[in-house]
Amino acid sequence: MTLKRPTQSAAQVSPQTIWMLAVRDQRDKAAFAALFDYFAPRLKGFVMRSGARSAMAEDIVQDVMLTVWRKAAQFDPARAQVSAWIYQIARNRQIDVIRKESRPMPELLEVEPDAECDASVIVEVEQEAAVLKQALAQLKPGQRDIVERAYLGEFSHQEISAQTGLPLGTIKSRIRLGLERLRHELKELR
Amino acid sequence: MSAIHHHTPDALLAAYATGSLPLPFAVVVAAHTSLCTRCRSVYEAHQVAGGVVLETGSRTDVSGDLKTRTLDLLDAPMVTEASYERAGILPGPVMQALKGKPPRWKPIGMGVRQSIISSGNAGSVRLLSIPPGQAVPDHSHHGLELTLVLQGSFSDETGRYGVGDLEVADDTLEHTPIAGEGEPCICLAATDAPLRFTSLVPRLLQRVFRI
Repeated sequence: MTLKRPTQSAAQVSPQTIWMLAVRDQRDKAAFAALFDYFAPRLKGFVMRSGARSAMAEDIVQDVMLTVWRKAAQFDPARAQVSAWIYQIARNRQIDVIRKESRPMPELLEVEPDAECDASVIVEVEQEAAVLKQALAQLKPGQRDIVERAYLGEFSHQEISAQTGLPLGTIKSRIRLGLERLRHELKELR
Repeated sequence: MSAIHHHTPDALLAAYATGSLPLPFAVVVAAHTSLCTRCRSVYEAHQVAGGVVLETGSRTDVSGDLKTRTLDLLDAPMVTEASYERAGILPGPVMQALKGKPPRWKPIGMGVRQSIISSGNAGSVRLLSIPPGQAVPDHSHHGLELTLVLQGSFSDETGRYGVGDLEVADDTLEHTPIAGEGEPCICLAATDAPLRFTSLVPRLLQRVFRI
């Protein structure tokens, strides 16, 4: 699979990323409201698919969106697009509510505040996500269902050890990109 | 830091990234992904896939006033959560599990010391400190055992493990890890069941020390 070289144009950056950066850098409430309109129904659907009732699901949606506002400084569009970042917040909140556990997270890598993030870097991250989206869309329905259940956190113990279900092949190019990014960021930190 | 040779298997990383991994193992995998760029990038790739599932999945309308109620809370004072940073050789997730307190080491014989971080139905996670050249008694496990080296090194039948390396063992492995020369070997170890020692005396000690 080959990717087109991204152009320098900021116009290709998704609206979600633009809203998220406005929330992060300008504390822009209108941009937050736009993020809410986009993500709240998706979050509610996501949470309800793992069994939460409507009222509890809305509590989780609200908590997740408030965390998006409060932890916006941790959002780094050069490493993950908005939905990936929000996915993690949503799973953490679910685990907190359902299992009453605080999920251990990897150490944060610092987002360099002055480093003006090149739009082409953001576009590249988003294009990788688009490739992944396509790969998931092309799975057979049964397989896609397994993948969805896995990301909803419904991996059985057996599935974990048997390593079935996840199309690791489909995330390989994303892994490569992530690795390049991390090496780059760590080099700048050290 | 020397290169990391023994990584978290992809299936465990997937289980961790999707929030399916029981807490004791999640602490170890979180610590390993804090040290290892390769595993961190796999973890982040899974997050992207999770984001795609979130974005493309079914939508359910929220109540009419949820947005206003949420917007009204944006200026409310925040409850600041404690955030835990690396302390010496202990990665942030270990400090998080210790709630920021230093480990409480207890001797368990033969110069080996342990600090139990948590122990419950989902398994246990602990720090172990093994003097240079010392062997950890022969043991087998009921289930999965993850061991992450934080200082020094150890070797067993499966290879040599240095700082950042993760050993994955299951019921089939009976191994005798021996700490390398130099500094004491400090490891973070998680099991989903108590370790079983194969000789009688350690087995008796096991009840006493909850190894």
